[in-house]
Amino acid sequence: MKLSVWTYEGPPHVGAMRVATGMKGLHYVLHAPQGDTYADLLFTMIERRNHRPPVSYTTFQARDLGADTAHLFKDACQDAVDRFKPEAIIVGASCTAELIQDDPAGLAETMGFDIPVIPLELPSYQRKENFGADETFFQIVRHLARPMERTARVTCNLIGPTGLGFRHRDDIEELTGLLSDLGIDVNVCAPMGATPADIARMGAAHFNVLMYPETAESAARWMERELGQPYTKVVPIGAGATRDFIAEVAEITGLPCHADDSRLRQPWYAASVDSTYLTGKRVFIFGDGTHVKAAARIARDEMGFEVAGIGCFNREMARDIRKVAKEYGVEALITDDYLEVEEAIERLQPEMILGTQMERHIGKRLGIPCAVISAPVHVQDFPARYSPQMGFEGANVIFDTWVHPLVMGLEEHLLHMFREDFEFHDDAGASHHGHQAKPRLVEGGAAPDAVASPPEFSGQMKAGDNVIWLDDAERELRKIPFFVRGKARRNTESFATERGLAEISIDTLYEAKAHFAR
Amino acid sequence: MTYAPTPPTDGGCRTAPVLKERGQREVFCGLTGIIWLHRKMQDAFFLVVGSRTCAHLLQSAAGVMIFAEPRFATAILEEGDLAGLKDAQDELDAQVDRLLARRPDIKQLFLVGSCPSEVIKLDLAKAAERLTLAHGPSVRVLNFSGSGIETTFTEGEDACLASMVPVLPETDARQLVVVGALPDVVEDQMLGLLSGLGIDTVRCLPTRTAADELSVGPNTVFALTQPFLGETHAALERRHARHLPAPFPYGEEGTTAWLAAIAAEFGVDAETFAAVTDAPRARARAAVSQASEALRGKSVFFMPDSQMEIPLARFLARECGMQPIEVGQPYIHDALHGPDLDLLPAGPQISEGQDVDKQLDRARAARPDLTVCGLGLANPLEAEGLTTKWAIELVFTPVHFYEQAGDLAGLFSRPVRRRNILGLEAAE
Repeated sequence: MKLSVWTYEGPPHVGAMRVATGMKGLHYVLHAPQGDTYADLLFTMIERRNHRPPVSYTTFQARDLGADTAHLFKDACQDAVDRFKPEAIIVGASCTAELIQDDPAGLAETMGFDIPVIPLELPSYQRKENFGADETFFQIVRHLARPMERTARVTCNLIGPTGLGFRHRDDIEELTGLLSDLGIDVNVCAPMGATPADIARMGAAHFNVLMYPETAESAARWMERELGQPYTKVVPIGAGATRDFIAEVAEITGLPCHADDSRLRQPWYAASVDSTYLTGKRVFIFGDGTHVKAAARIARDEMGFEVAGIGCFNREMARDIRKVAKEYGVEALITDDYLEVEEAIERLQPEMILGTQMERHIGKRLGIPCAVISAPVHVQDFPARYSPQMGFEGANVIFDTWVHPLVMGLEEHLLHMFREDFEFHDDAGASHHGHQAKPRLVEGGAAPDAVASPPEFSGQMKAGDNVIWLDDAERELRKIPFFVRGKARRNTESFATERGLAEISIDTLYEAKAHFAR
Repeated sequence: MTYAPTPPTDGGCRTAPVLKERGQREVFCGLTGIIWLHRKMQDAFFLVVGSRTCAHLLQSAAGVMIFAEPRFATAILEEGDLAGLKDAQDELDAQVDRLLARRPDIKQLFLVGSCPSEVIKLDLAKAAERLTLAHGPSVRVLNFSGSGIETTFTEGEDACLASMVPVLPETDARQLVVVGALPDVVEDQMLGLLSGLGIDTVRCLPTRTAADELSVGPNTVFALTQPFLGETHAALERRHARHLPAPFPYGEEGTTAWLAAIAAEFGVDAETFAAVTDAPRARARAAVSQASEALRGKSVFFMPDSQMEIPLARFLARECGMQPIEVGQPYIHDALHGPDLDLLPAGPQISEGQDVDKQLDRARAARPDLTVCGLGLANPLEAEGLTTKWAIELVFTPVHFYEQAGDLAGLFSRPVRRRNILGLEAAE
């Protein structure tokens, strides 16, 4: 048993739902107890879909347990086929149905449908959502795709985008445009938007673009082996990765690939003097492996940040992330326990977090700016506006998204200069941080203004530390801008603790500053 | 008493034929109840023993609340736990030890059963007994099932409250117990009204903390504030407490009828009743009539969800001038829902259970002005041009008693007014 409050991933059958919901003309018959239909609302609410996910549940209840559940399953299959007239169905069990040992695959196959019936084996007690999506797509491709003559023009398949994918909708559009610039048409995009008939003609493409390894790598490998289609290894997130991707496509196709990058503004924005203050900002990166890998490269090489730590929640990508971490000289954090992530962030004291919905909340709690780079995400990260992550426009989007939460450079200087100003004092807070999430200090000396800090913070700051701040040191600490003061405080305290000092003087403060100077 | 509302002249819906359906159900399981129960019971922790699906469900349903260090969690069963059951009990003990060490403020721990734990017949009752011995008397460990195979949505609260009844101390005192988790502000309003009627020995189930006194016995009468408390009703009757049947306190009429049933039991005179209720009744009527302007003459269709559908349909039909077309409930319990069915004017199809695709076909054919349904159906129906009110909000929002009557009508009129504002074509 594993105690869990927050899960980064749902169960594997939710991954299968993501594939089914992304596709058209496919229906998923899921052997599952009453209540499992909650997953529908992920699609109708978070992704704001305007139709029900194409999933029929058996919704068995306690009174059905026994021989009845097998009949329920068969009835649900028959009803689904009659009502929705799908081109193919996928069948499987959720975690509870896995325990009661009806055999959805066997039951469905004996029913003699004249459409393909694709059985899914999703081990609910071992694997998670991403595996569920990858395995489901693999099974669909394996059952339906056949070798066939290549198209006359050079075409490719886009594989990996699903329902409930982080920016999948716009990444498809961006990549389709990019490939079209290179003179390459998209044969089939799958699972998102594809019908089973489309899957059947995937073999006509010359190669595959693996957009998201998490959800389509198994299918990519199978198609490479069985259909002789190479697939791209570079995920084009970031300007550099996009250029590498274009080069990779050129090598695969032998075409002279020149992409139009006239709309790519990110490199100049990052080079402009306003961005100088971004240099060496320490970022912590967490999310799914693919987005983390891409973000690390952008952060260091395209934004000039320092990568303070990276990690991912999906073990399937652990090896990759460990390798990247080594390259960046940091330790990889492979965990699906958000408490461990929070602990790492507290320890590393980054100036910015790039993560998921969960890291956004950790950032809020710790008063650290955060931008979202990966699923799981909430409704606000399925935006109405065009906002891809991939390709050249994706690079522009990423620049804006990452920079906005930070206190802007000029603002940072002004805050520092006028920090004793009567209407610009610490307690006025930083407009970009929303509510005052950061604990503030109340020391002996009178604050420049008479505003009292909330009492719950004052006690908390002093308690729990066994190092005593001398008055003058504490006053000096207050002169440091509030958005880096927390870090200075922790650094100084850990410096003092390491050296066995019981008190912190001004000298200790500056010795610690020198020690941690980069 | 003469304060009860006049039943409709057409005889109401109590004897109306009920359409009973079995098929795919689009409902939450009882685990969802934890999300509001843990807010109400301030020293309780809810530990679900289940799968990743259960954890994912709670996370999806609790939304942002998940980040507020909630007092619930899931002990996720892993491959190893399924192999041998003995193992699972030891594992559970270890998880509970860890949890209670981290949260010493917890006084009541609920082990909540799920579909997987029920199917593998993991004995949580025995575990609860063992853990009470190990951690008592400072922590009391109870168990109930919130599994989807046994409970639908709000029945989770019912199962939880019912699990507490057998361990309540015995009393002979003459008292009123009000059953059902209400927001604190609403609970206080209710206690104020009852106290005005001169009824002072009132206790609530659940209590806000474990230390709050509550006992039960043969001189206890109890009133339900929520229509989904069938098991708790039965458990209290087993302790020889007596139920006061009444319509549920939604809207001015419902609240008055609910109070009247209690007043009759405690022999409150008509003057006192009028003195206490006249002013808030007038306030509630004015608020409802204002908030329900957009609802008059409109039709409404209820998909089954929380068992609140029948009393809500009664409120909408009688106080807001709506015409119910179908009133679907996951379960109908005559002793609980009878008084509201008596007041609901004849006409609507009453249905119990669900076959969601067939029910959607009926809704599409009827094209109601307002469809009350779950979040998995709301947006798809909106896209088809039907105006919807998502039902979960009715459980999370304070809607009971006089002062909330206007808000309750407002919850239904908002989507109708919004459709007008946005200039969307009204459902043809």
